[in-house]
Amino acid sequence: MAAAATPATGQQADGRTDRRRRLLPYLLLAPGIAWLLVFFFVPMFTLFQTSLQEGSLQQGYVLTWRWANYTEALSTFSSQYLRSFFYAGVATVAALLLGYPLAYFIAHRAGRWRNLFLLLVIMPLLVSFLVRTLAWKIILADQGPVVEALKAIGALPASGRLLATSWAVVAGLTYNYLPFMILPLYASLEKIDPRLIEAAQDLYSAPFTAFRKVTLPLSLPGVVAGTLLMFIPAAGDFVHAEFLGTPSQYMIGNVIESRFLVVLDYPTAAALSFVLMATILVLVVSYLRRVDVEDVL
Amino acid sequence: MSLTAERMPTPRDVEQWRPPERARQPAWHGWRDRLGRHWLVVVSGLVLLYLFVPIIVTVLFSFNDNLGRFNFTWRGFTIEHWRNACGVPGLCPAMVRSLQVATIATIGATILGTLVAFALVRHRFRGRGPTNLALFLPMATPEIVMGTSLLALFLNLGMTRGFRTIVIGHIMFNISFVVVTVKARLQGQDANLEEAAMDLYADEWTTFRKVTLPLAMPGIIAGALLAFALSFDDFVITNFVSGNTVTFPMFVWGAAQRGIPPQVNVMATLMFAVALTAALVGLLGRRRA
Repeated sequence: MAAAATPATGQQADGRTDRRRRLLPYLLLAPGIAWLLVFFFVPMFTLFQTSLQEGSLQQGYVLTWRWANYTEALSTFSSQYLRSFFYAGVATVAALLLGYPLAYFIAHRAGRWRNLFLLLVIMPLLVSFLVRTLAWKIILADQGPVVEALKAIGALPASGRLLATSWAVVAGLTYNYLPFMILPLYASLEKIDPRLIEAAQDLYSAPFTAFRKVTLPLSLPGVVAGTLLMFIPAAGDFVHAEFLGTPSQYMIGNVIESRFLVVLDYPTAAALSFVLMATILVLVVSYLRRVDVEDVL
Repeated sequence: MSLTAERMPTPRDVEQWRPPERARQPAWHGWRDRLGRHWLVVVSGLVLLYLFVPIIVTVLFSFNDNLGRFNFTWRGFTIEHWRNACGVPGLCPAMVRSLQVATIATIGATILGTLVAFALVRHRFRGRGPTNLALFLPMATPEIVMGTSLLALFLNLGMTRGFRTIVIGHIMFNISFVVVTVKARLQGQDANLEEAAMDLYADEWTTFRKVTLPLAMPGIIAGALLAFALSFDDFVITNFVSGNTVTFPMFVWGAAQRGIPPQVNVMATLMFAVALTAALVGLLGRRRA
C-alpha cells in the first residue's frame, strides 16, 4: 500500500525527509537481504568453487577447474541419485493420497473445529524430527505389531521384515513430511467457495464428478505447493535411510554426508551437492513458471 | 397440466407429476453419497491417527523399563527415566546448547525478518521481484545443500565450525519464515490506522511505536516462536556446520548407533509439552485478539 504516507498537517515535506523516506525501505531490507546474500548465495558459489577443486586434506585443495569431478561423481553415484528421486516421488504421491482427504475434511467439513484440526496436524512436528523417525524403528520392528499383522494377513513372508528395507525408508519419508503436504492443500482447498461445488451438484453432477471437475482443478495450486514442499526436502534426506534402512537404501544425501564429514572428499561431495541443487532448482523453476512467487510466499 | 384460476392443483396432481427424463436426478441422494460422506471422515480420522502413532510411541517409551542401551521393545513401566532425566552424560548440556543457539538465532532472525517484512508490505521500492526470490529460495532449497554450502564457505574462510557457525546458519534459514509470518499479519492490517494516527498529529516514530508495532506484535511473536522451534529442532544444517558443538539433535544422531537412552524420549516429550502449551496459548490468545 502507501509508500511515504501523506504528511500530516503541520509537517514539513523538506528534501531531507523525502530522501530519508525514499531510502527507508532499502534500509529496512538491507540487513536481512545482506545476511541472505552472504550466508546463502555466496556459499552456493563457494560450493561450486569447491566442486572444481582437486587435492586432499593433507596437501590442501587447489582450484583446477576439474570438471571431471562432476562426471566421476555422477557415474559412481547415479544409482543413489535415482533412488533418492524415486523414494521422494513415491513418498510424495503417498502423502498426496493420504493428505488430500484430510485437507478436504478440514477445509469443508470441520466447521468451527477447523483450527483444532490444523493444530492436530502440526502437533507431530513439535516432537523432534530425529525422535519421530526413531519411533518408526520401534513401530516397524521385527516381531512388532505392524510386522506381525502384515504376516498374519499374508502380505509379508514369514521371514520378512520391514525395517532395513525400502518400504521403511519410504514410509518414514511419507510420514515426516506429510504435514507439509496437508497444509498447502488445506490453504488451497479452503479458498474454494463451497457454493461452486454446490452449484455443480445443483446441475445434477454426482459428487465425484463435482470433485473432478470443480474441486480438483481449483485445488491445483495447493497440490503444486504441497508437492514441492515435500519432494524437495525428501530428495535430499539422509536420516531415514540411515535409521530405517541399510547402505543398500542409501540416498544421495547419505553419500554427500559421508563424503563431506567422514571421507572428507570435499570436491566430490561439493559436486554431488551442487548437482542435487541444480536438479531441484530446474524442477522448482518449471513449476513456478505458472505461479507468481509472491503468491507462494 | 395447466394452472388456471378454475382449477388449483391438487395433491394428486403434484404426486403424479414426473420430471422430464432428461433432467431426472441420478441417485446421489442414495446410499452411495452417504457412504461417500462417511468415507471422508473415516479416512481423515485414520490419517490423523497415523500422524500421532509415533508421538504416542515416543511418549510411551519414555516410561519403558528398558534393558541395556536399547529402547525398542516394551518391558515395563517406570518413571525412573523421568526422575533421572539428566542421568545420561551429554544430554542436558546438549539441551542447553540448543536453547542458547535457538535464543540467539531467534532474536537475530526476528529482527532481520521483521524489518524486511515491513519493507515489503508498507513500502514501495524497486527490486521487489529479486527480493521475493531471495527470500523464497532458502525455503525451496534442500537443507543438505544449504548445510554443505555453508560448510564449504566456512572451510574456505578457515572459520572453525562451532557455536557461531551454527547460529549464523540458523539465522539464515529462519529469516524467510519470519518474513512470511510477519507479512501475513501486516497485510491483514488496515494501513488507514496509521494514517489516522498521523492525521491526529502523531509523527512517524510515535505512530510506529504506538500503532504499527503493537498491531504487528502478534505476527512478530508468531514469527519468533516459529524461528525458535525450527532452530531448536534443526538437524541437517547443524550437522554440517556444528564442528564439535553438540546440540540436542546432534546428540540424538550421535547416540543413534550406540543406542538411544529413554531420557531422550523424556526430553522430546518435555519439548513437545512446552511447544504444545505455547501453541495453545497462542491460539487462545488470538481468539481474544
